[in-house]
Amino acid sequence: MVNLKDPRHQASDSEHSPFTIHYSPFDTLTAPRGERVVVGMSGGVDSSVAAALLVEDGYEVIGVSMRLWGDASGSGCCSLDDFLDARRVAAQLGIPFYVMDFRDVFTRNVVQPFVAEYLAGRTPNPCVHCNQFVKFASFSDRARELGAQWVATGHYARVIRDPQCASAQLWAAVDAAKDQSYFLFAIEPEVLARTLFPLGGLTKTAVREHARRLSLPVAEKPESQEICFAPKGEYADFVARYAGNTVQPLAGAIVDDAGQMLGTHDGIHQFTIGQRRGLGLSAPQPLYVTAIDAQTGTVRVGARAATLAQGLRATRPNWLTDGPLPVGTRLRIKIRSRFAATPVTLGAATEDGFEVWASAGLPAVTPGQAAVLYADDRVVGGGWIERALPVAGAITPAHG
Amino acid sequence: MIYCDHNATTPIRPEVLEAMLPFLRNEYGNASSVHRLGSRARCAVEEARAHVAALLGARPSEIVFTSGGTESNNLAIQGMARASGGGAIVTTPIEHASVREAVGRLQEEGTVVHEVPVNDLGQVTAAAVAARLSEPCALVSVGWANNEIGTVQPIGDIAAFCGRCATPLHVDAVQAVGKIPIHVRGVDLLSISAHKLGGPKGVGALFVRSGIELRPLLVGGGQERGHRAGTENVAGIVGMGAACRLAAAEIGAYGEACLALREALWEGLRGAAPDVCRNSPVDAECLPNTLNVSFSGVRGEALVAALDLDGVAVSSGSACAAGAGEPSHVLMALGHTADAARDGVRFSLGRTSTMAEIEHVVSITAAAVRRIRAARRRMLNGEC
Repeated sequence: MVNLKDPRHQASDSEHSPFTIHYSPFDTLTAPRGERVVVGMSGGVDSSVAAALLVEDGYEVIGVSMRLWGDASGSGCCSLDDFLDARRVAAQLGIPFYVMDFRDVFTRNVVQPFVAEYLAGRTPNPCVHCNQFVKFASFSDRARELGAQWVATGHYARVIRDPQCASAQLWAAVDAAKDQSYFLFAIEPEVLARTLFPLGGLTKTAVREHARRLSLPVAEKPESQEICFAPKGEYADFVARYAGNTVQPLAGAIVDDAGQMLGTHDGIHQFTIGQRRGLGLSAPQPLYVTAIDAQTGTVRVGARAATLAQGLRATRPNWLTDGPLPVGTRLRIKIRSRFAATPVTLGAATEDGFEVWASAGLPAVTPGQAAVLYADDRVVGGGWIERALPVAGAITPAHG
Repeated sequence: MIYCDHNATTPIRPEVLEAMLPFLRNEYGNASSVHRLGSRARCAVEEARAHVAALLGARPSEIVFTSGGTESNNLAIQGMARASGGGAIVTTPIEHASVREAVGRLQEEGTVVHEVPVNDLGQVTAAAVAARLSEPCALVSVGWANNEIGTVQPIGDIAAFCGRCATPLHVDAVQAVGKIPIHVRGVDLLSISAHKLGGPKGVGALFVRSGIELRPLLVGGGQERGHRAGTENVAGIVGMGAACRLAAAEIGAYGEACLALREALWEGLRGAAPDVCRNSPVDAECLPNTLNVSFSGVRGEALVAALDLDGVAVSSGSACAAGAGEPSHVLMALGHTADAARDGVRFSLGRTSTMAEIEHVVSITAAAVRRIRAARRRMLNGEC
């Protein structure tokens, strides 16, 4: 039987890549069979199948559910039901299972920055923070305490390592529709080198089939997609509630390109770049948020064309190559999770940040979101969007 | 698997299981039925009641069977408060959740609650309780022995003060029964559970001193002299009776055997793993089977999982539904920080423990502690 998880058997959709750098995957070795792996189990179908495949492949697997938020009685993430699902899967697989407490590190590194970013007029990506600090860094520390060199999750992405396991590359999943490599760019290289993604070579359909083949109790469980600690559509309420009386969200004016006041709002945390709905304005043309000024509380709106930038600057980069790539390298970029990767050229690139330029323009460059750089399907690095670089049209953005 | 978690639950004793089996098979009568099948069930329930009463120094008519320690505590506290119609409740900060939550519910409804402080070993003094009894109180509720660290309270002295000012005293003896000699002298209400002393889960009892009025939590068919309605759990009650009968005969030997093993465990751990702190008191002030320790720099959660992987069952804090994370409210009441209160690990020995097991547990624990500390050092140094 073909081992679907072995990248040697994986198809790539980038055979005719037009870009200058081409990486070919190393001939990979995953963790040596029989070694101890701690797999993060959420109670969902993906992480359950990941655990099951590792068991089938002969690893010594330990299941751990991460308690991240809340009192474990409510619905959504970290509910008792999800822990119970994970526990039932682990019992069926015959592997040990533990629930471990990550609430402190989650609150500090995910929830607090989430609130602070919105209050500062940016649009955070808490899932990337969670992966960076909680699901991989802290998690692999706990794994070591359990005597495990390896960690695994049910993320859709591939790790490709050299035979000595000394360094590892992060690649997009084979199933482009499920690919989660965007959310994983900030994993430290040392941690990545000890990480296994058993689902990286599988499609979602194949994962469901595995779950049914194994009669896992979660085989038909629906996906959960929203941010786990704040219900979908209620981020603004969550931010206002969490900030509480300590920091009042900044209210201000809504103005057009010419600085003409069109209305007011009661908090910049309700807006994101490129947003069209919920502005409370009536105008002949659709209006989009083009800039948010955290100093004055002013939200600028304009026509769709005004949201287009020529490039962006990102800070706090994580390079998954041997240091920053040379200026002029042609890459592709994702600036949001649901975003078709767009060709860019790398401007300045250092350990502090990078600039990229896109001849076709980048729509709605949103400070606070992750900018992830790809060469073919390989993630070569990424950073946090600081600002858009001058827009293509005649209008100068507020942050310009 | 070496089982060192006897304060969570105990293996059912073979004699107990044998005593129960007929009542799960052919002797299925309802103890309230008139016919002979029912009559035999009634006789079995009353025989069990006598065994429970004998272990506690009570009269059989003062024993109310319940579904377990949690129900016994709720019936005692809520039932007493609601029957007496007001008045303050005096308790301690280290009680089991079933006491704390029952008291908390009354507090929400307006009852005044006084928490008597404990020292750094979890001990309450009778004088501290007495200080709270200068004003009239509806109930004093103190646990005989603590589940997490094993501290035994001076129940005799506390009972004497309560008797002097005619304040009813409830004692949660779930962890004490079967491990140390206990007696209901001076006590008005006393909770026990079967599965902590080799009996089955799902059955317990509340001693209710003759003359004490309780408002029942469950009403219906008037069983248990109206204190607790519901068809009797005959098999469970028979099992509890058998467990109490055995415990009464063996309590001295049990204490001596456990104490020797427990001290061997402590000496072993202290010798094999540096920087270990004993959170439990020593000698008669502690249950003979219980040892709560903290290894500095080692989270309890991690050590419990690591030991489980190596075949040793222990607990951190007390068991909870989510299975993770809460710092021990007991260790926090003793003055530990929330962080340190996550480090406590409880070894609780029992009838099945042996010296060979203890030696194994020492070496496995020492190795796990070394591994966790090494992992932690690597993290702090940023190595990989």
